[in-house]
Amino acid sequence: MTDTAVDIRSVRKVFNAGSAHPVTALDGVSLNILDNEFFTLLGPSGCGKTTLLRLIAGFEQASEGEILLFGQRIERLSPHERPVNTVFQQYALFPHMTVFDNVAFGLEMLGKSKSEISSRVGQMLELVKMPEFASRKPAQLSGGQQQRIALARALAPHPKVLLLDEPLSALDLKLRHAMRSELKTLQRETGVTFIFVTHDQEEALTMSDRIAVMSNGLVQQVGSPTEIYELPVNRFVADFIGRSNFLEGQIAGMSGSKVEVEVAGSRLELETSDRHSVGERVTLVLRPEKIALKAQLNGGINGKILDTMYLGTDTSYTVKLEAGPELEVRDQNGLMGSARFKVGDAVSLDIAPNAARVIQG
Amino acid sequence: MMRSATIKRWLGLSPALLVIGLFMVVPILIVIVYSFLAKDPYGGVEPQFSTEAYKQLLFERDFDDTLLFSTVNLKIFWRSVWLALLSTLLSLVAALPVAYYIARQPESRKNTLVLLVTIPFWTNLLIRTYCWILILRDTGLINGLLQRIHLIDSPITLLYTNGAVLLGLVYSYLPFMVLPLYASMEKLDMKLLEAAHDLYANRWRVFRRVSLPLALPGIIAGCILVFIPALGAFITPQLLGGGKNLMLGSLIQMQFGASRNWPFGAAMSLVLLSFVLIALLIYARSPAQRDGNLI
Repeated sequence: MTDTAVDIRSVRKVFNAGSAHPVTALDGVSLNILDNEFFTLLGPSGCGKTTLLRLIAGFEQASEGEILLFGQRIERLSPHERPVNTVFQQYALFPHMTVFDNVAFGLEMLGKSKSEISSRVGQMLELVKMPEFASRKPAQLSGGQQQRIALARALAPHPKVLLLDEPLSALDLKLRHAMRSELKTLQRETGVTFIFVTHDQEEALTMSDRIAVMSNGLVQQVGSPTEIYELPVNRFVADFIGRSNFLEGQIAGMSGSKVEVEVAGSRLELETSDRHSVGERVTLVLRPEKIALKAQLNGGINGKILDTMYLGTDTSYTVKLEAGPELEVRDQNGLMGSARFKVGDAVSLDIAPNAARVIQG
Repeated sequence: MMRSATIKRWLGLSPALLVIGLFMVVPILIVIVYSFLAKDPYGGVEPQFSTEAYKQLLFERDFDDTLLFSTVNLKIFWRSVWLALLSTLLSLVAALPVAYYIARQPESRKNTLVLLVTIPFWTNLLIRTYCWILILRDTGLINGLLQRIHLIDSPITLLYTNGAVLLGLVYSYLPFMVLPLYASMEKLDMKLLEAAHDLYANRWRVFRRVSLPLALPGIIAGCILVFIPALGAFITPQLLGGGKNLMLGSLIQMQFGASRNWPFGAAMSLVLLSFVLIALLIYARSPAQRDGNLI
């Protein structure tokens, strides 16, 4: 069984409490972050993800609730008493110290011996592939290099949990992509629990073991990247992660793990693991790449191509359904790379039983 | 082509160079020359080379013209230096929390508070120092108040003491300490303090290892801005220190007035100037300067 690294229990955080304009940043969040896990807090800005990270680090105090670190309650401890370290968004390297002194800072504060500090710093600089930069000042480093030093500095004191506050957002696109796999490797090599905050869904999907999707101070869903993408629990998650089409429908019948949904003037048989009742209003989440387009019309959902967009590997079609709504459909381009349909073509939508996700409301 | 660009540059600089030359270099040269001339008993100098003024710094001439070592002037130098140092230190201690507080305020409030710090400059220093006399003298505000609440029976001597001079100096030069301190603290990134705190540094160590070193350029600039004028101050020690608590500034002023000993005044001015230069040299060699973090 895996240990729980961070246990967050019904945590609420209200800023300006008691003033005329209290702001509820976290509205009862409970999370179980496992040891040796790459855990991501994902959500739009203002969703409370950074506040949650700052609560774990100790920069903010929770208004209500408990935070446990490997079974120990830490919510009353000051940041310097918590065995967690943070990688800041703008790195926050000490400008008056060399790279070596920056990385050594935490170890020095912990009262480690000179020899231990110097060997550990060397080891950390080796880990982030920057051993030759020890005597430089932060101002002499590029953004990517500063990022690595910030990582080395935070990892040097052997934190039980590493907190990363949008650490890639200040880097340019190419570097950001390179750092993703590096971060993932670093996590695997060090075995430290990473709690990573981002608003970038692609970052979250590519790096995380598990993701908590947050909005409005609440955790909407916790799951592996696949679960989050394939089985979103509500419209917010489906909309925030990847691209989705939403179709309103009604449950018309049930048999075993399948439900019959009346949607867009047609009936679809779909798989679901959730309980539904006949007559219930539901929303179908249809990922653009999971809908197949066919030239032959049938009794199912028919429509007309309204617009096409060539995307290299795929073509994106906007399909106007006979029943009214418009859908985005992605079709992989063939060997010759040409799109199969053109604007004005009549098409039918082929939706497999496991291609759509049925959610309540 | 190159030449005309050079000429243009010098032409642009010439007003500044002219002012510096006429009002700084030439007067200092005059002071140097005067310090090596003989005094005219009615004021002014006699065109005759003499090192008498410099001898007078440390020696007294006896009736039979022999030189006797005298500590009178040394004592005044010493008092000036330690009063200036102490007022610098007190200003620093008083200004640190003020500057820190202002730097942590929201943007809109910062400017108002900085403006408040500069309010004393709106009134002449002489008038403000006279006000201190009214407050400190035997029949003044403090003594009157203490007597009224029967804490003391007879007035305690506040005015014409070293303490009064110190108070006056700190009062006069405190804004010069607050402003550069504020400037360097305002630039301080809160994230750096959080990072240090996160890396197991307690409040004191965060201050010692991060806040203080980063605020150092401001601290040094503030210390120089207080120490230099405090060392040469003469209004404050004159008015609050009275005759027996002379400082360098008053002593120099006296040589050009009542004592009519211009060469000696000039020599002392040069001594004061060298003190200031030494202070600036220390600043120039400070680590903050080397790193180019000058304010």
